Amino acid sequence: MTDTTDPVPAAAGPIRVFLVDDHGLFRSGVRAELDRGVPDVEVVGEAGSVDEAVAAIRHLKPDVVLLDVHMPDGGGAEVLRKLRPELPDVVFLALSVSDAAEDVIAVIRAGARGYITKTISGRELADAVRRVHGGDAVFSPRLAGFVLDVFSDRPGAAPHGDPELDMLTRRERDVLRLLARGYAYKEIAGELFISVKTVETHVSSVLRKTQLSNRYELSRWASDRRLV
Amino acid sequence: MERRPLLRRRNGRFIAGVAGGVADHLGVNVLWVRAVLVALLLLNATGLIAYALLWIFVRQEPAETGRVMGRNERQQALGLLALAAAVGLAGAALDNSVVSWIAGPLGVTAVGAAVVWQEADQSQRRRWAAGARSGVLAGGRQAWLRILSGAVFVAAGITVFLVGNLQLGQVQFAVLAVIATLVGVAVITVPWWLKLVRDLGEERHQRIVEAERAEIAAHLHDSVLQTLALIQRQSDQPREVQRLARGQERELRNWLYGPTGYGRASMSEPGKAAGLADAITTAAAEVEDTYAIDVRPVVVGDHPLDDDLRAVVLAAREAMVNAAKHSGVAEISVYVEVEEGEAHVFVRDRGVGFDPDAVSADRHGLADSVHARMERHGGTVRLRSTPGEGTEVHLSMPIDGAGGTAAEQPVQEEAST
Repeated sequence: MTDTTDPVPAAAGPIRVFLVDDHGLFRSGVRAELDRGVPDVEVVGEAGSVDEAVAAIRHLKPDVVLLDVHMPDGGGAEVLRKLRPELPDVVFLALSVSDAAEDVIAVIRAGARGYITKTISGRELADAVRRVHGGDAVFSPRLAGFVLDVFSDRPGAAPHGDPELDMLTRRERDVLRLLARGYAYKEIAGELFISVKTVETHVSSVLRKTQLSNRYELSRWASDRRLV
Repeated sequence: MERRPLLRRRNGRFIAGVAGGVADHLGVNVLWVRAVLVALLLLNATGLIAYALLWIFVRQEPAETGRVMGRNERQQALGLLALAAAVGLAGAALDNSVVSWIAGPLGVTAVGAAVVWQEADQSQRRRWAAGARSGVLAGGRQAWLRILSGAVFVAAGITVFLVGNLQLGQVQFAVLAVIATLVGVAVITVPWWLKLVRDLGEERHQRIVEAERAEIAAHLHDSVLQTLALIQRQSDQPREVQRLARGQERELRNWLYGPTGYGRASMSEPGKAAGLADAITTAAAEVEDTYAIDVRPVVVGDHPLDDDLRAVVLAAREAMVNAAKHSGVAEISVYVEVEEGEAHVFVRDRGVGFDPDAVSADRHGLADSVHARMERHGGTVRLRSTPGEGTEVHLSMPIDGAGGTAAEQPVQEEAST
């Protein structure tokens, strides 16, 4: 993941980022990391609860919101539900320590453009922020694994109705597999002999399918099958 | 619209708050509920029985609400009650046997029961207010008086009913008198029985919550607190701190979300415990602990372990160890995918890499324990490494469908990558 693939023009000014997490320690850690080494990302505010976050994001209209999945009063999914309809331009990137498939898929389906774990390094976090701001999706290897599992055609898998939404194309599956293997977009592009832009298109399309497919309540199904 | 739970009104009630509670629950005007109850009186006193049953089985609102009954509403309720009495008398005059009993002696019994139950409600309220755990009776002499008068009403009503409606010999009369006494006592003591049952349920609930909390506390103490103590003592050794933190994170995750974990205790499937996914995850954990690096396995699908897959796990473990020892980076990606007919494991690092054609002497581990082992079991190994960019080991092993998750699978249109 190098800056050469950064789709955001450098002249656009710093990306305004808002932090939502109920752990103050984690917020200050992320803020310090982003403020220190990343000139094109600026933390414009932070909030520790759902209500606070909703009010502040409405007021500040940041470019990207880093959203904790687990918070009291409904967590990240609740913030998304309240803000997505009225602020379609604000991009949400989910951040979690949880490995539970139902949590992850719930925020993705609520409208987050990506999911990363909190153990991510500051450099990778900045890169993920740039990427979602540029309109792409960000999948951690684990999320890629979940999605592959949900869309698998193993016996006992959820049946599919609309093939347009409920099945991954072969290329999308290939891209997801490489993501799950820990490949960066550029490496995937090299591996599959396609451009980075095409990789991004595939990932965005997978994200859309994950959000819209009715494959029998993806999230519940995933948790029932213990895909964690 | 979210429906309120059915709870009897505590404030702003006329008799026991039943009609108000039903109205709140259904979202209608309380007047309608009262009217329906009175109308039901005509159908063999169904309204009265319904009211009594609701009074017994529906709990009162737990907290004061500050609702007040307006003068209008009180007048309407009084009017309806008068109407109910008139209906009862009319029914008696028309010789509807049930209604005529209600209008007469059984009505007296009902009033007596109402007085006693009302008192029980009141004392419950006082008890909640005081936070005391004394019995149902907490109202002093007045309460006793009220209960006594209620009991007298109940007894008198039942006696008159018996005497007025039955002409019996001495023996039958004695038997009936005993039964009538028992019924009377039962009617009067309803609130006490209810309290007993509810207290028991509440206590059991408390005990379960308590046990749960104790279990969590014990677990956190044994694991997290111990690890935090260790971390504080070794804060000058970042590698060791990281190893401890990762190990603890993994253990806690497993406890919370794992197959036999705390969050999924009800869904344990013994057959699944020995699957490929678990074995790889365990191997990754061991490597992590031994070499103080990050190994993050991503697993898609699962298959019960057989000899072939056990070889895959061992080979994958060896590949992880190699990566941990030689790659020079602190993170290894492991990806496992079980498809129909084949299992794949990818072990990848972004480390120094090497030239596979010029394998140095210390890489014999790869030849012996990875290549040879996989080939013995009919699997294949593909190795890709570029100096400076990292190494990826791809293990694949055919699996027989029997008993696996990949059984009876229509052929997919795509080949494996």
